[in-house]
Amino acid sequence: MTAVVTPLPSTVDTVARGRVRRAARRRLVITLLALAVVVAFAVTLMVGRTFYPPGDVLRVVLGSDVPGASFTVGTLRLPRAVLAVVAGLSFGLAGVTFQTMLRNPLASPDVIGITSGASAAAAFAIVILGWSGTAVSVTAIVSALGVALLIYMLAFKDGVAGTRLILIGIGVAAMGKSVTSYVLSKAGAWDFAEALRWLTGSLNGSTWEATVPALVALLVFGPVLLGQTRDLSALQLGDDTASALGVRVERTRIIAIVAAVALLAFATAACGPIAFVSFLAGPIAARLVGPNGSLLVPAALVGALLVLVADLCGQYAFGTRYPVGVITGVLGAPYLIYLIVRSNRTGGSL
Amino acid sequence: MTATHSLAAEDLTLAYGERTVIEGLDLLVPPGRITAVVGANACGKSTLLRSMSRLLAPRSGRVLLDGKAVHRLPAKELARTLGLLPQSPIAPEGITVADLVGRGRHPHQRVFSRWSKEDDAAVAAALDATETTPLADRAVDELSGGQRQRVWIAMALAQQTDLLLLDEPTTFLDVAHQIEVLDLLTDLNRTRGTTIVMVLHDLNLAARYADHLVALSGGQIHAAGTPEDVLTEECVRAVFGLDSQVIVDPTSGKPLMLPMGRHHTAPRADVLQGTSGS
Amino acid sequence: MTSVLATPAPDAAVVRRPGPVRFLWLLVVVGLLVALMALSVAVGSRGVGWSDIVAALGGSTENIGQAAVTKRIPRTVLAVVVGAALGLSGAVMQGVTRNPLADPGVLGINMGASLAVVAGIAWFGLFSATSIVWTAIVGAAVAAVFVYAVGSLGRGGATPLKLALAGAATSAALTSFITAVALPRGDIVENVVSWEIGGVGGATFAGIGTVAPFLLVGLVISLLSARSLNSLALGDELAAGLGERVALARGVAALGSVLLCGAATAVAGPIGFVGLVVPHLCRLLVGVDHRWLLPFSAIAGACLLTGADVLGRIVARPTELDVGILTAIIGAPFFIAIVRRQKVREL
Repeated sequence: MTAVVTPLPSTVDTVARGRVRRAARRRLVITLLALAVVVAFAVTLMVGRTFYPPGDVLRVVLGSDVPGASFTVGTLRLPRAVLAVVAGLSFGLAGVTFQTMLRNPLASPDVIGITSGASAAAAFAIVILGWSGTAVSVTAIVSALGVALLIYMLAFKDGVAGTRLILIGIGVAAMGKSVTSYVLSKAGAWDFAEALRWLTGSLNGSTWEATVPALVALLVFGPVLLGQTRDLSALQLGDDTASALGVRVERTRIIAIVAAVALLAFATAACGPIAFVSFLAGPIAARLVGPNGSLLVPAALVGALLVLVADLCGQYAFGTRYPVGVITGVLGAPYLIYLIVRSNRTGGSL
Repeated sequence: MTATHSLAAEDLTLAYGERTVIEGLDLLVPPGRITAVVGANACGKSTLLRSMSRLLAPRSGRVLLDGKAVHRLPAKELARTLGLLPQSPIAPEGITVADLVGRGRHPHQRVFSRWSKEDDAAVAAALDATETTPLADRAVDELSGGQRQRVWIAMALAQQTDLLLLDEPTTFLDVAHQIEVLDLLTDLNRTRGTTIVMVLHDLNLAARYADHLVALSGGQIHAAGTPEDVLTEECVRAVFGLDSQVIVDPTSGKPLMLPMGRHHTAPRADVLQGTSGS
Repeated sequence: MTSVLATPAPDAAVVRRPGPVRFLWLLVVVGLLVALMALSVAVGSRGVGWSDIVAALGGSTENIGQAAVTKRIPRTVLAVVVGAALGLSGAVMQGVTRNPLADPGVLGINMGASLAVVAGIAWFGLFSATSIVWTAIVGAAVAAVFVYAVGSLGRGGATPLKLALAGAATSAALTSFITAVALPRGDIVENVVSWEIGGVGGATFAGIGTVAPFLLVGLVISLLSARSLNSLALGDELAAGLGERVALARGVAALGSVLLCGAATAVAGPIGFVGLVVPHLCRLLVGVDHRWLLPFSAIAGACLLTGADVLGRIVARPTELDVGILTAIIGAPFFIAIVRRQKVREL
């Protein structure tokens, strides 16, 4: 075996070609996903009790006044569709960040308690304190960050071990859920629709007032997370290797956690903890893209697509109008079975 | 690349919580040579290596790279000079060999910078050096243990550091693959002048491949120097609590340690005459 | 290989506590249970005088106070029965999976029972009490097998981490299913909440009577498994080496555990963390010998649930707090403490 300092030209060629091929696959998947999101968005605007052709919808979106369509599309459907996209992007991005960071597809923020913390706080603010709008968003974000910090501090014992963090998160999630249940049981008149929003997530009754803070949060924290792409990929190799590659592990983790938690909290304050979107988006994106680079962007798009499609199904596919979170929550079960089948085949670890 | 970097530990004390692992240790890594760290289980070998590569902050004392404390250096700057291969690195599911080796370019890239020609060249050189070029498009999961270890070394090579620390690079490998990995590291040292520090389990392989042997015991350096100076019967007894016989390895001329347990151990004269014991 | 390797008896691996100490603890725990039961009958959202309580226990329902106390009697019995079932079920489950975090709530088994019952009511018009219990037990068993299968995938088998994650994800999915099944049915939607949060508020002696046979069978099977659980604690290979039929022993013990938690869920809804907390506390008191641990866990589980139910009636006056909410709020910090105490490598 000899060590050569100058590589063979053929090797350089192999390396470069492989890299270009991987990038091309990733670009293709991202393009297709983006197209699918646009189509699903358009369908959400067109379909409903009354159907409006694409022309009318486009004119309403561009601001002109179309009788009938202006109210239905502009006031009812547009905030709902925008919130679906914003929440989906936020949940997908935050979920894949946690899964990448903790190196475990099951370790999404909805499984480890952060979403349930935000949800419990938002429910408390709305049901008990009677707040609304920005105050609710602020409560949700503050308590989600608090919960994340609590999990992080409880998991800290000679450094943070991923396994401990996940398990503690599960404990905190159980507490968050029972706080939500408690809050809802205290609500004077039991409003089942409102309860469902905070237990499983729902887009019913979306307004611009609820949507705008989530959109702003996405525009602020989305780029922050994207800026961490490379460091996050290095973290996949293990903390020690990442650190040896010059990643400041704890700092990267904290930035990523804060940004991801903020995205989650704002989205949760707007539409509740839409079940399993952050759990499903990353692994689905990984299936589509393959091991060809960062999953942040594809997972965000998958998240948006999931919420849009699940909301369409929930509203029109069955006799009953299901809130979007029930549909995505039910989707989680087959995915778990799929994990079994695949892991049995590859012998890989979860 | 020239091996002008110096790495040293000064009065280093390392601890996990309340438990002190290394206490008041001084160590000078000879530049351009291969250093092997040996010692009993849980004597702090890996801890020492982790601290030298900034993974573990010292309780007191310093680790100096070219006279500057490594824990003060910017992370990426350090990562361009000093690489570390941990004992059990994690390969993301399904990642290809070329992609994984490319991750070694991290300290040379900026946040949104594009992949450069130098990056391709460095990855290619690392693949060539470890003879993993034919594996470039294979998934890391599918490789054998020996191949996988070569890929990880290739990743560390793509990092293009003058110093390379390895934590037990031969664990879980059969004897042929152990030799393959150690030969590869020796090639690197000889052709590029890379300074290598590795923790090794096998005393005899350490004595054969290292220029400089460091024996740790109870959080302190028990002995350091050439294998001939360090690997003695007294040292084995002090460090491992094991009686042994050290002879000259007929293959390499380095010292070779033969452990002596309670059974199958004849008096010395019998061994030399080749008769069997009880 | 003679004198040096003479193997110690398998039980030596089990921490032994001196008999008198265990016996003393037994007296203490039984005494505590009696006290809590008395408290549970005496305390409630309505204050009742002692004379009325005594009269009510004698069967009198002459005034409102006596009637309230009469309603508290089945409730107390239910809390004791369900708490004992869950505590015992958790202890067996931790032994079977050799996993410190096993618990019917954490593993999502309660939710499996809940979903089965809701689906049975909504789709198959189940209404007889016995058929509901059977359905709950089948649901619990399916969920248990499913979670264990997911959790033991991949390298390292069923680690606490994988089991807990699989359980958490499964519970979340099952909760959605429950909502999905119940939502189109306006007539049962009101009950959905009671299938998502457990409580002992609506207890009747008839309800307790229906599940009693199931609980009894589960109790007997579980207690008889104590010895084989002691062998399993040494690891499958060693247990097999000691002559234990590992798969059979594990299957039987798991059956007992599922019967207990399925029946408990059928009558009280999903109540989490009792099965987690209780065995850990009991191990501190009587050591890890299952022959002591299992009965102790049953008694201590009864104490915990009865106590939590009383607390739920006191803290939220004039309304009540479902005991399922309270056990989660008490139990989750305990869960976190266990996780923190474990060495990471063992997880």
